[in-house]
Amino acid sequence: MPAESAARAASGPRALPGGHPGSDRDGGARRGRAGAPEVWVLGVRHHGPGSARAVRDELHRIRPDLVLVEGPPEADGLVRLAADPGMRPPVALLAYVPGEPSRAAFWPFAEFSPEWQAIAYAAGAGVEARFCDLPAAHGLALDAEPVRRDPIGELARAAGYDDPERWWEDLVEHRGEAGTLDVVAEAMRAVREGHVAEGVEARREAYMRATLRKAGREGFARVAVVCGAWHLPALSPPPPTPSTVADDERLLRGLPKVKVEMTWVPWTHNRLAAGAGYGAGVVAPGWYEHLFTAPDRPVERWLTRAAEVLRKEDLPVSSAHVIEAVRLAEGLAALRGRPLAGLSEVTEAVRAVLCDGDEPKVELVQRRMVVGERLGRVPDATPMLPLRRDLRDEQRRLRMKPETLTGEHDLDLRRPLDLGRSRLLHRLALLDVHWGTPRRARSKGTFKESWSLEWRPELDVALVEAAVWGITVEMAATSRVRDLAAGANLPELAALVERCLPAHLPGALPHLLGRIEDRAALDGEVRHLMGALPALVRARRYGDVRGTEGLAGVTESMLTRICAGLSPALTGLDDDAARAMAALVDGVHGAAGLMDAAGAPGTGAPGAASAESGGTTGSEGPAGMPGGGTTGSGRWLTTLAAIARRDDLPGLLDGRIVRILSDAEALEDDVATRMARAMSPGNPPARSAAWIEGFLSGGGLLLVHDPRLLAAVDAWLTGLPPQDFADALPLLRRAFGAFPAPERRMIGQRIRSGHTPSGGAGAEYDDGLAAGAVRTVREILGRETGGRQ
Amino acid sequence: MTTVLRPHAEDQFADELAILAKTDDRPRPPGWRLSPWAVTTYVLGDGGQITPKYVGPRRIVEVAVATLATDRALLLLGVPGTAKTWLSEHLAAAISGDSALLVQGTAGTSEEAVRYGWNYARLLSEGPSRAALTPSPVMRAMTEGRLARVEELTRMPSDVQDALITVLSEKTLPIPELGEEVQAAKGFNVIATANDRDRGVNDLSSALRRRFNTVVLPVPATTEEEVDIVARRVAQLGRSLELPEIVTGLEEIRRVVTVFRELRAGVTADGRTKVKSPSGTLSTAEVISVVTSGIVLAAHFGDGVLRPADVAAGITGAVVQDPVSDRVVWQEYLETVVRGRDDWRDFYRACRDAG
Repeated sequence: MPAESAARAASGPRALPGGHPGSDRDGGARRGRAGAPEVWVLGVRHHGPGSARAVRDELHRIRPDLVLVEGPPEADGLVRLAADPGMRPPVALLAYVPGEPSRAAFWPFAEFSPEWQAIAYAAGAGVEARFCDLPAAHGLALDAEPVRRDPIGELARAAGYDDPERWWEDLVEHRGEAGTLDVVAEAMRAVREGHVAEGVEARREAYMRATLRKAGREGFARVAVVCGAWHLPALSPPPPTPSTVADDERLLRGLPKVKVEMTWVPWTHNRLAAGAGYGAGVVAPGWYEHLFTAPDRPVERWLTRAAEVLRKEDLPVSSAHVIEAVRLAEGLAALRGRPLAGLSEVTEAVRAVLCDGDEPKVELVQRRMVVGERLGRVPDATPMLPLRRDLRDEQRRLRMKPETLTGEHDLDLRRPLDLGRSRLLHRLALLDVHWGTPRRARSKGTFKESWSLEWRPELDVALVEAAVWGITVEMAATSRVRDLAAGANLPELAALVERCLPAHLPGALPHLLGRIEDRAALDGEVRHLMGALPALVRARRYGDVRGTEGLAGVTESMLTRICAGLSPALTGLDDDAARAMAALVDGVHGAAGLMDAAGAPGTGAPGAASAESGGTTGSEGPAGMPGGGTTGSGRWLTTLAAIARRDDLPGLLDGRIVRILSDAEALEDDVATRMARAMSPGNPPARSAAWIEGFLSGGGLLLVHDPRLLAAVDAWLTGLPPQDFADALPLLRRAFGAFPAPERRMIGQRIRSGHTPSGGAGAEYDDGLAAGAVRTVREILGRETGGRQ
Repeated sequence: MTTVLRPHAEDQFADELAILAKTDDRPRPPGWRLSPWAVTTYVLGDGGQITPKYVGPRRIVEVAVATLATDRALLLLGVPGTAKTWLSEHLAAAISGDSALLVQGTAGTSEEAVRYGWNYARLLSEGPSRAALTPSPVMRAMTEGRLARVEELTRMPSDVQDALITVLSEKTLPIPELGEEVQAAKGFNVIATANDRDRGVNDLSSALRRRFNTVVLPVPATTEEEVDIVARRVAQLGRSLELPEIVTGLEEIRRVVTVFRELRAGVTADGRTKVKSPSGTLSTAEVISVVTSGIVLAAHFGDGVLRPADVAAGITGAVVQDPVSDRVVWQEYLETVVRGRDDWRDFYRACRDAG
């Protein structure tokens, strides 16, 4: 509702409807009937430095004993807080229905809002300030979208401007003279000619008139009204409709009503900016604030500040640049026939001169200055913040009073109450209100959480700071996550998802996943993707406990990107990098297996299926082309198979990949051949050693328990000609020497006891009968390729 | 009329310039043929007698004209095919009535092209004198108070580029051999063009860069605009190359344009998926060449209809400039974007076969 009118103008003195005409210019207000107050209606456009300055000057000239401001009258008791030194705009009046967070309305005020200047004047001059709009109790109950008219747009079009903002800027913002405002008031009258207010609008204006009359009855002599210019004709003669006291009373009778609480909340320039869900927002709060606060030469000062912003980022910008930028801005304004350079001219000058046409730098200036990063503050005396109230309600609902509930607590996430508690604690942690500290749960299993709780006084302060993020804990945590996600890189985003899931923020998660998708697309470093994937897949496994829809798509596309980018990333790695990469490959390999299991629950044995088809994927996949398989792991194995054909891989990785493929039965040629080739004397000894290390990684125990692996190694070893065996011996000594002595002993025993096929029972089994058991075991182990162990 | 293959802008549009000069009553900067306002109208057209020369955002032209009016030099940046040269020619034609004072930047451009050379026969017979001096286009522009144009500034060797510093900051050109100097007449200025994606060949020194206001010319703003440009240009080329008539579905052109635009912008047309941008320039000019070569393929080796397979190889070649990193980008794009589009199945297959 405050958002409705984008119009503003300051009129000269106007009398109330019903007052006699009879005026003298300058200070001489039209005098009404005996006993009726003198009234000045200052029609403004919300948030405009020109009209803010005009209103300030007018008020100093008029010296009213009552200031009426467009806003909810429930906030009358909160006006005095505006004078508190702890109050710093941008702030907003918040009206909300207790217990219903979605029903809330904001009236934002910036330094350069005329309404704020009016309130500040009243506080400074010691006169009373009141709000005169329809009470929020009715507004929220009516729940009606205010009619959005754009009177300025109509005026601007009539004047031949395509952009209403620019027209206003030229006409009003840059001059701020009362005389100009008078003209605009006349124009506004013309725009409203023939318009009959109806619905909420009519009621709002009726209420404004009623408030004015009430002020008269209370004996105020000089009343100034600051409201949107659109309402100006409705409050001053000649009235567009015969508006009588009776009509107004009829309009205001029997309005629905809800219980409403009001308070001040901190606001940001970002949210003031248009598109932040507030209709009368401004595109450039930072620029407007500059226009309002700069004592003179706004263009020069602005460009100097822009140069400072760029210099802070270590970009070379000299005074000569600033001089040229000012000249260009002025030249451009002259070319466009504007009296003064405005925002679009200065922005062009910043782009062409200060930033050499480089868009990211322009965006930096845009973000830092044009929108601005200013954060408002409210004093401590502000009535209970909705966030704190919401937390109190939540605490009551979850039966976890801060005073009583201290010490250590185990939560069983299968119980709704405990699940709610866990979510609340996680959300608070995201808001940096660390009421609970997570402790390592004593029992295994994902459904237990252990916390130690302690409400410390500084948490109250943290809560006040968190109030800027929203009015309920959930909303605040959601906006906080979105904010954190804005600047995060891929691993940070993955970590954020893991923090976000237990907090159950359905509003934040899709956004987060979108960011991950974007980052993943732009991040040229395939290692980042590989590092982030396992965490996301783990999160996806939470499945229905936490609700993780949407992750599937993200992880699938990340795997696709990894498959496309892996092969080039394996070139030119040194030993350390190869070791790190092998770990990443292992991680992705595990994740790829999990993805199938999570993606197709209950459709049988995805692991077994892909293991069965694994033998053929390698040959059927098109050369070098990921995407051969249909499942995630199918594509992954196809990629690995293609990579395994390369002969320039670091030994460690080559060994590791051959091992993975051989476990999955996706190796194109036989393990023994590969092993022989890798161990042959043509290779430098270091590479051979690395190869066998990669191949056997996982330790000697695997050799003990995996007869196939043992058989493969054994087949290669026994097949070596004597001379080659002597050559290979040092390498084997090096690889096997890394195993602990008991493992080496067990390997020896296994070989001695007749190795092929060892494990006895494993040799003879019915595949059909065993399939079910194998499937279950694999499901439990969460792996599908490392089978037959 | 004229027999030249391509007349200068000031000749081709002489009547439009004359109309503007007659009606133009706004103040003209010293040395200008038209007022800045009329220059803007000349370039963008007025919907009537004045045809639009440059189709693009108005602010670009306004900033360019305002820059020249403040006697700062103008640097037009942009990928190939964004009408940098075209715009600079028309600006020069409108402002000083002469677009021929041109220095083409190449690796072999010498300092004489920017400053002055000598007529050696005269130099030997008469010794150094003004008469033995051959002025460069820049020097002539200075004496006559006109605009000089420097094409592909970043292709020139750095030391040649830096010869412009004195010209731009002091507006004089010393001739030490004669102990004289040439001072620029009012109206002199320089318009340079440089290729944005060609960066790093001979980057401007910061001293020179500081003398220029930079205006980046954007690629066509919408797919429709670009499809239109491509279709029209392809038809022209087809006629001049006398290719056999073939069926060029707008669909195929739109697809190529979409691929280029998506890779260029780093985001899919629906704005939902980000993609990596390859190292190549991916300009409109390249779209045109991909489609033209596809037409040649279809006409001589195909069935006379432009099909996905005909453009696939061309696209792959244009996108994959760097064999390692661009291939990754291209494959990612194919797998994450193209694969998911049902009506692009043929195209996906063709690209996979081509790559």
